[in-house]
Amino acid sequence: MNKQLRHISVIALVLLAVLIGATTYWQTWAQAGLADRKDNQTQLIARLTVDRGKILASDGTVLATNRSHRKKGLTLFTRHYPQNDLAPQVIGYSTSAGNTTGLEATLDDYLTGANTDLSNTLQQELDRLGGRTVRGNNVILTLRPAVQRLALDQLAGRCGAVVALDAKTGAVYAMASSPTYNANLVEQLHGYAKVLKIQGACGDASALQNNATQGLYTPGSTFKLITASAALDTGKFTPSSPFTDPGYCIEYGNKVFNSSAPDSPSSHETFGNVTLSEGLEHSINSVFCNVGKALGAQTILEYAKRYGFYSQPPIDLPPDTIKPSGLYKDNKLWFPKDFSKVDPGRLAFGQERMVATPLQMALVAATIANGGVQPKPYLVQKIVAPDGSTVVKTTPQTLGRVIKPQTAAELNQMMQLVVQGGTGTLAQIPNVAVAGKTGTAEVGNSNYYNAWFVSFAPADHPRYVVAVVVAKQLNGFGGSISAPIAKAVLEKLLASRR
Amino acid sequence: MVARFTVPLADPYLLPMAALLTAIGVTEIYRLGPGNAFRQGLWIVIGVVAFGATLFWLHRDYRVLERYKYVFGVTAIVLLFLPLAPGIGEEINGSRLWIHFGSLQFQPGELGKIALIVFLAAYLREKREVLAQGRLKDWGPLLVIWGGAMLVLFATDDLGSALLYYGIFVAMLYIATARIAFVAVAIGLFLVGSFAVSQGTPHVRDRVTNWLSPWTTHKIFCPASGQMDLRQNCQSYQEVQSLYSIGHGGFGGTGLGHGIFTGRSGVQVIPDLNTDFIYSALAQELGLIGVAALLLLYMAFVLRGFRIALTATDGFSKLLAAGLSFGFAFQTFVIVGGITRVIPLTGITLPFVSYGGSSVVANFLLVAGLLLISNRANRQEAGA
Repeated sequence: MNKQLRHISVIALVLLAVLIGATTYWQTWAQAGLADRKDNQTQLIARLTVDRGKILASDGTVLATNRSHRKKGLTLFTRHYPQNDLAPQVIGYSTSAGNTTGLEATLDDYLTGANTDLSNTLQQELDRLGGRTVRGNNVILTLRPAVQRLALDQLAGRCGAVVALDAKTGAVYAMASSPTYNANLVEQLHGYAKVLKIQGACGDASALQNNATQGLYTPGSTFKLITASAALDTGKFTPSSPFTDPGYCIEYGNKVFNSSAPDSPSSHETFGNVTLSEGLEHSINSVFCNVGKALGAQTILEYAKRYGFYSQPPIDLPPDTIKPSGLYKDNKLWFPKDFSKVDPGRLAFGQERMVATPLQMALVAATIANGGVQPKPYLVQKIVAPDGSTVVKTTPQTLGRVIKPQTAAELNQMMQLVVQGGTGTLAQIPNVAVAGKTGTAEVGNSNYYNAWFVSFAPADHPRYVVAVVVAKQLNGFGGSISAPIAKAVLEKLLASRR
Repeated sequence: MVARFTVPLADPYLLPMAALLTAIGVTEIYRLGPGNAFRQGLWIVIGVVAFGATLFWLHRDYRVLERYKYVFGVTAIVLLFLPLAPGIGEEINGSRLWIHFGSLQFQPGELGKIALIVFLAAYLREKREVLAQGRLKDWGPLLVIWGGAMLVLFATDDLGSALLYYGIFVAMLYIATARIAFVAVAIGLFLVGSFAVSQGTPHVRDRVTNWLSPWTTHKIFCPASGQMDLRQNCQSYQEVQSLYSIGHGGFGGTGLGHGIFTGRSGVQVIPDLNTDFIYSALAQELGLIGVAALLLLYMAFVLRGFRIALTATDGFSKLLAAGLSFGFAFQTFVIVGGITRVIPLTGITLPFVSYGGSSVVANFLLVAGLLLISNRANRQEAGA
């Protein structure tokens, strides 16, 4: 009987050993997966026991902090946003129900201290065992609250966005999206419903959307910067290449007219004999229409791609809130297999299903400002552990060369002319050379336009890039509506003397 | 003290291990609700008294029990079916395995388990040779047990107890007869029987479904609320939240008293946390290190139990010790295995640790039995 006894005892021990194995599986291998599940009630509370890291602006202004409550022997923390509506689409929110958006979502691991390096994990385990509150890392952003606030004030509730970058490093100084909302509302009773009801002046915008990275706006004439890049960079044109403007351009046998003249809306502007440079200065559609026909849609789209169209700009925001710019068909990004399906003339001045985000257009301007090399945009300057040590420090990176240095220099000159005597004169700043490009894009309904202005200053030693879009303006032009906004933001940035 | 005088030569490790397990249990029960810990303390006192009384009563020769085997057999069956009796039976969590007298609740199945092991040990000892030959008429009482287990399963909807009794039965049958074929037939019969039963009783079928796919991505009908909901928010809520609790413990646990057991609304996340699900509470607060140590303690206990069975000199003692040890191990496996999704979850207590009077008393009786057997075996060895 002893033999059978041994068999059964082995079986009994194996059964118990299996339990150790199963428990090990759930507590190590499967742990992360369990913690990520939305219905995890334990994790919901566990999140709140972590003293989530603060989010600070570059000048130390607190953008997100915590309020603590005692409940059943546990200290629970809930989020508070002292700057209310300053940059909720960028910072995002973190609710006690476990929903996160924006940087609160992408930096969640750092903010909750769950980022894994060995010493950090050890410290947290010790904190947990000692019953101390686990503290997350503080995040310092590149945002400048004064510039951000000014940008929001300038947008004044109209639908649109302002993006301000450092021309060299790609640091984001302002990313304002309008309409905006108070991030503290989300946690309040019925607050989220209130946020959803915010519409802005254009009537159909969501305050939750980050227009700077998610807003797809027809770029209009600001896209001429890309067409001009292709024209100059391929060597097919120079700034002084001659054109004759009859007031229209003939495409597929039809006349495509220039914009209406500011003084008499019924007639169309006609410039006669001009150069490519003058074509950009006065934003003459017929000139770029002919450039587009000469280059072909393929070349223009390839240059757009080099500028970052057709891919999500790399920035520390949740991927689902970053849209790639490019041609869209049936609400989907569309790169034509057959280029004859795209009208090169209309593409050349930024119509023809072409849409772009304000961030993308800011990157185009930054590339020109930076001598043809695109800086990588970033929002997170530094992440600091609770003990004060630096966890992550962003070193500025570039996304590679887009156009030749000479092309960039020529475009820089041409953009200065736009501000000096062209469509962008309202962006002039005394004693500072400003380079810019206006855009006034038709958006379906007649007389309603997206007003664009992309710019950088000082033009001789570019430091700041500003892109502005104000959507659906009745008879509003880029030069009249958005250029003054860009000017105000640039002045604020230039006044800050670093 | 009683043990010192009545069974001086018994295994010296079993009782301290049982005490340690009990202490861990009371500590966690106190942490989850001090009121229950006091009641558990009372039950432990009753358990220790029963333990002492058993030792005192049987310390000369426990083998007198062998003579009353049919009394134990009948007792086991009566205890198993007691919850079905009208008036005193009570249905909790879809299973009828409780009885109550006034405010006193009691799970008679726990004591039935001990009675069943005593009966099986005596019966198998007597019939092992003839059983091994496979004569049909000697199988009567064993078929009765199979039928009984199926009936219990069907009538009380309690898969856990049925599995436990039947597992003990199969293990003891194998020890007595050494016939693998019997084991295979027995397991086959159980699977067929429980499949048939599960077709008829939705409770058992749900347990299997919850085990196989606790999470759904689409909403299904939730009978509890009468609305459509995800399975993890309804039928398998307990299983899933228990896994979350275990997962949150991680390697080192949150530390005693720092675990999270109440949700945002202030309601305890997992119902039955101090009984069936005490393991998930322990796993969260003590972590992998803690519960692995706990399970090793169970293993050590089981190992000592089987050692007693090996050193015992007569068939009845061997079978009794092995039955008690295996029952102890298998019960642990059924509940912890259910919680960790190794097998379908069935509500049953974790020996010595879970809150519950009948469980505490039954487990102290189990230790008493093992000590008596070990004392006799060692006395004979010393005398020889």
